[in-house]
Amino acid sequence: MKLAFDRQLGLLFGGVVGLLILASLAGWLLARRARTEAGRATVANMNARVRSWWVMVAIFAGSMATGPIGAVILFGLLSFFALREFITLTPTRRADHRAIFYSFFVFLPLQYYLVAIRWYGLFAILIPVYAFLYVPTRCALSGDTERFLERVAKIQWGLMVCVYCVSHAPALLMLEIPGFSGQNGKLLLFLVLVVQMSDVLQYVWGKLLGRHKIAPNVSPNKTVEGFVGGVLSATGLGAALWWATPFKPWQAALLAFAITLMGFAGGLVMSAIKRDRGVKDYGAVIAGHGGILDRIDSLCFAAPLFFHLVRYFF
Amino acid sequence: MIDSLVSGLAWLVTGAQARWVGAGPSAAQRIYFANHSSHLDFVVIWSCLPREIRARTRPVAGRDYWERGWLRRKLSRDVFRAVLIDRGGAGQGADHAARTEAARRTVEATAAALGSFESLILFPEGTRGDGSNVAPFKSGLYHLCALRPDVELVPVWLDNLFRILPKGEILPAPLLGSVTFGPPLRFDPTEPRDAFLARARAALLELKPA
Repeated sequence: MKLAFDRQLGLLFGGVVGLLILASLAGWLLARRARTEAGRATVANMNARVRSWWVMVAIFAGSMATGPIGAVILFGLLSFFALREFITLTPTRRADHRAIFYSFFVFLPLQYYLVAIRWYGLFAILIPVYAFLYVPTRCALSGDTERFLERVAKIQWGLMVCVYCVSHAPALLMLEIPGFSGQNGKLLLFLVLVVQMSDVLQYVWGKLLGRHKIAPNVSPNKTVEGFVGGVLSATGLGAALWWATPFKPWQAALLAFAITLMGFAGGLVMSAIKRDRGVKDYGAVIAGHGGILDRIDSLCFAAPLFFHLVRYFF
Repeated sequence: MIDSLVSGLAWLVTGAQARWVGAGPSAAQRIYFANHSSHLDFVVIWSCLPREIRARTRPVAGRDYWERGWLRRKLSRDVFRAVLIDRGGAGQGADHAARTEAARRTVEATAAALGSFESLILFPEGTRGDGSNVAPFKSGLYHLCALRPDVELVPVWLDNLFRILPKGEILPAPLLGSVTFGPPLRFDPTEPRDAFLARARAALLELKPA
C-alpha cells in the first residue's frame, strides 16, 4: 500500500493551511485590538496555540508524506510522550520500575509493530490481555504489596489510553475498504481533522457564547454552548469532507458526530484525572496547549470507536 | 560531538528541562550542589547547563565507581572531565588522624580542580538516597567553601530522577524529570560549620516542588 499524495489529500492540507493563515491573521488583528489585561492574556494564549498548530500540522504532513511507516512512527512517538506524561503524574513505587520499563520499551513498540505489519488479531488483544496479565505479575514479583491494585491499575490504564487507544489512529491504514485501497491516509486525516477541529470549535463557541458550565468541578472551561456549537459545527465540517472519504455525506456526518462525542468524553475524563492530581496540564512541551496528552486526550477516545465503525460498516 | 550525544540522550531519557529560579546561568565560577538519588543526577545537571558553561563544569564523583570498566573511565576522563575522589573507603580501619588527613587531601584536591575558571557539580549527601528525603550534608562542602569563599554556591533540586533510574537498576523508565537551579548562596567565614551546612541544605529543600 502506498500513500500517494493525491489531489484530495492536497486539498485537505491546503484547507488546513488556509485556515491557519486566517487564524494567524485574526490573532494578529485581535492582538492589536485587545485593551484589557485579561483580553490580552487570552489573545496571547490563542496566538501561542495557533503558532503551535503550524508546527503540529507541519509534523503531521511530513509524516503522512513518508507513507504508512511515517504515520506509525509519529503516533508511536505520541504514545511514548503521552505515556511518559501520564506515568510521571501517577504515583508509582520503586517496585513498579521494571513493569514501567517493559511498558515503555516492549509493549509500546510491539503494539506499533503490530500496526505496521497489520496483524489485527494480536493488535486488538496485546495490551487488554497480555499487558494486563504481565504488569501485575512483574509488580508482584517485586514483592511490594502496598496499594498494589491501585498501582497496577494505573499503569494498565496508562497503557490503555496512551498506547492502545492512540494506536487505533494509524491502524486505520491497515483497513481494507473496497474501492479505497491506498487512500486510507485520508481516513486518518478525516479523524484527526474532525477531532481537533471539534476541540477548537468547542473552544471558540465557548469563548463567544459560553454561559452555562457543563462540569464545573472537572473542566471549568467547558460550557453547554461550547459543547453544542462545537459538536454541531464539527459534525457539519465532517459531512462537508465526505468527498475525501469512502462515506456518503450522511455517513460522514454520523461518523463525525460520533468522533466529536467521544472527543468530548476524552477531554472530560483526562481533565478529571488532572484535577485529581492537582495539575492544570500534563506537560508543557506544546506552547499554549500544555503537554502532548492535553492535545490528544480527545483523540484517545475517538480513535478506537472511529476505527471500529469503519471496520464493521465499510 | 560525544558531549552533544550524551546530553541529547540524557534529555531523551529524562525530558529534563532547566528551570532557573532567582538567578540565570552564569560563566562565574560556581559550585552546583544537588540532592542525590540516581546515577543520572550529574549527567542531567551537566546536560542542562548551556554548552559553553558545560565545557567548564566538572562533576565531583567517586573514584571507586568511575574507574571501573573502559566506558566509565573514558566518559569520566574525556567527556565529563570528572574530579575523582576517594570516598570513605580510603580511611576505613585507619585511626582518626589518618582519616582526617585523607579527608583534608580530598578537599584540597577538589579545591585545586576549581582552578581559576572551572565550576564543580557535587552531591554533599555523599551517597545516593532513595529519593524520599535529603540526608544531612557531609562537611566536605564547608571545608571546600572555606578554601574558596569567592566561588558562588548554587543549590540544584533534581526532581523525579530516582523514579527514572533508581539505585540498583540499570534500565531507565523514561519519565519526566526536572532540574531547578536556585539563587547562589554566600559563604560567611564567621558562620559555624553545622549552621552553614544546615543553611545550604535548607536552600536546596526550598526548591523542592510542593
